[in-house]
Amino acid sequence: MNPAQIEIQLIAIVVAVACALPGVFLVLRRMALMSDAISHAILLGIVLAFFVVKDLASPLLVIAAALTGVLTVSLVELLNKTKLVKEDAAIGLVFPVLFSMGVILISRFAGDVHLDTDAVLLGELAFAPFNRFEPFGYDIGPITLYVMAGILLLNLLFIIIFYKELKVATFDPGLAASIGLSPAIIHYALMSLVSVTAVGAFDAVGSILVVALMIAPPAAAYLMTNDLKWMIIISAVIGILSAVTGYWCAHIFDVSIAGSMATMTGVFFLLSFFLAPKRGMLSIWQRRSRQKWEFAIKMLVVHLSHHENLPEAKDESRIDHLQRHFEWNKDFAERVVRRAEKSESIITVGDIMELTDKGRQLAGESVVK
Amino acid sequence: MELFGFLGEIITDYTLRTVALGSAILGIISGALGSFAVLRKQSLLGDAISHAALPGIAFAFILTGIKSPIILIIGAAVAGWFGTLLMLSVIKNTRIKTDGALGLILSTFFGFGLVLLTYIQKQPQANQAGLDKFLFGQASTLLQSDVIIMGILGAIALVILMLFWKEFKILTFDPDFGESIGLPIRLLDILITFLLVIAIVIGLQTVGVVLMSAMVVAPAAAARQWTNHLGLMVVLAGIFGIIAGVSGAIISSVGAKLPTGPIIVLCISLIVGISMLFAPNRGLVWNWIRRRINRHRLHLEAVLSDLYELTLHHERRDHPHSVRALETMSIGGGEFVRNSLRELQTKGWVKNVSGDEWALTESGLAKANDLVKERQV
Repeated sequence: MNPAQIEIQLIAIVVAVACALPGVFLVLRRMALMSDAISHAILLGIVLAFFVVKDLASPLLVIAAALTGVLTVSLVELLNKTKLVKEDAAIGLVFPVLFSMGVILISRFAGDVHLDTDAVLLGELAFAPFNRFEPFGYDIGPITLYVMAGILLLNLLFIIIFYKELKVATFDPGLAASIGLSPAIIHYALMSLVSVTAVGAFDAVGSILVVALMIAPPAAAYLMTNDLKWMIIISAVIGILSAVTGYWCAHIFDVSIAGSMATMTGVFFLLSFFLAPKRGMLSIWQRRSRQKWEFAIKMLVVHLSHHENLPEAKDESRIDHLQRHFEWNKDFAERVVRRAEKSESIITVGDIMELTDKGRQLAGESVVK
Repeated sequence: MELFGFLGEIITDYTLRTVALGSAILGIISGALGSFAVLRKQSLLGDAISHAALPGIAFAFILTGIKSPIILIIGAAVAGWFGTLLMLSVIKNTRIKTDGALGLILSTFFGFGLVLLTYIQKQPQANQAGLDKFLFGQASTLLQSDVIIMGILGAIALVILMLFWKEFKILTFDPDFGESIGLPIRLLDILITFLLVIAIVIGLQTVGVVLMSAMVVAPAAAARQWTNHLGLMVVLAGIFGIIAGVSGAIISSVGAKLPTGPIIVLCISLIVGISMLFAPNRGLVWNWIRRRINRHRLHLEAVLSDLYELTLHHERRDHPHSVRALETMSIGGGEFVRNSLRELQTKGWVKNVSGDEWALTESGLAKANDLVKERQV
């Protein structure tokens, strides 16, 4: 690995963790799409500030963009308050307007400046190491790395300091309001963090990767744990894994780094979607299938115990009778009998089934007396 | 005169005519189908579908090596459709809510689309130029053949919409009822989502992946302000879509370096703004005026009933009372009371006896009596 490669991966890792932190709360608070809205809308802030200062490296750009992010949030709130449109529609109405203004301004006035829409949307991580941070003439690494590390620290401090408040406001807004935590303040604080993070990350990774890193890792982690702390940690780890594997996939196939990382966040989500313990599709299927057989065996032993020691027992206990009685098909009936035998609930003599003690006990437990 | 010259230009100028026609088709289809999406609280589904379409476009090109719009549109539709199904499955099977699932699909599919686009760019023999116009849309590159395909697909979507109008209406407003009368609600759901996919795919070339969602939400949100009637809303949304599409195409053809897609989005957003402010009944301006009038009326009535209250303490009903006395009872100051009294005077309900002394008239007495009775009820 050459230094540039290491730097790119470091930047990506820092961005991934910085995004995952506020992302967890976005996903939990059902506002995931605000990240989409904000990361698009900030384009307008960046362009306007650029026209004023004529310098792409100016910190004013970051401030203006962050303000646009907050403006987006306020406009969405304002539209919601009129009750003329639903909340999702409000988001869908606000950010395209701001984004369109940004795109029009760029294509009309910015000409061939480095500022173009593709860069904002897609980012170009490969160029990130070119902008060096050189205090007093010493080259100590790319600027983006330091900017993002600062933002990561900010996010981390915010979440550590206000952990309790965030937790209460997220899971029980009513309680939060009743103990004097203003939901509006927490909402706007969180949204400001999202804005700042999106702005810091935009020229390195592009707005789409910001959205992917804010939503996919927390969504994947949400399926793995019920503990907020663990969800934050797992999100960060998944973010890091996506960044590193995404980088190497991009390297091998020579494709867009940001796109590849976003794809990897999707892959990791899919893995979690299928394999997560308890909530993954695989364990859901397993559980359903196990429950199906358990239920069938219970039906069988209850049926047998009903007729045990009665004159009709011989008839009722025949295996082929099950097809008629439960409307099970032949194959299914045989498999149920075999499984019941294996669990030692019944024994079969010829095609007559008899309950064991264990089976009798199971039947007793299964019937509500 | 200039206007006519301009209209003439639209009809004669090939590029402008094509772009305007394409934008109009886009507007009417996305407006009509967007209405259902907005009413079904799926406003942002369009955003996810349009982003999810990108890898489909790239895949179609990689597989066939052909840049024909119909093939790319099929690719986009398949991918958009697949993304939607995946999203619905995530919502159904996990505790992740709609917003999370939408964001998940749109960002990861779009990211994968980028991967494929950059992969295509790196292929030595490939002529990929033009694929990236799907990102932001490039209406000026529309060809007549593109518009014809858009028209045919759009017409099919609209015809299906008409054929299943009643069913879709029930699906939108009361799916449980639909289920109970034996409608295949799930199938209808799939069908209408499929139509939305078509509407979005039609627009991708014109306004691009990023802004297409606005064309789904905005015309419908604007139309919603003017009517409570589904049919009217769909028609209005279609008309708004056409207006925005055509005016966007014209504006961007006039000014240099004005990208069509964003201009169309600004046009439709302007229509949304106007609708939200001025639409009768729901419009914010009318609401504001109505509230002002109501408040004013309540204030007048308050002064009138204060005077009535004072009058009840006296034998003679036309016994005058001073503004100062009324002022102590009122929410406003002396000036407010005086102004209110003057206005009540023009209605003939009070009379000025002398200076700051006022009394009820006969009709004022009757009116105040009615008011008190009304309140008691």
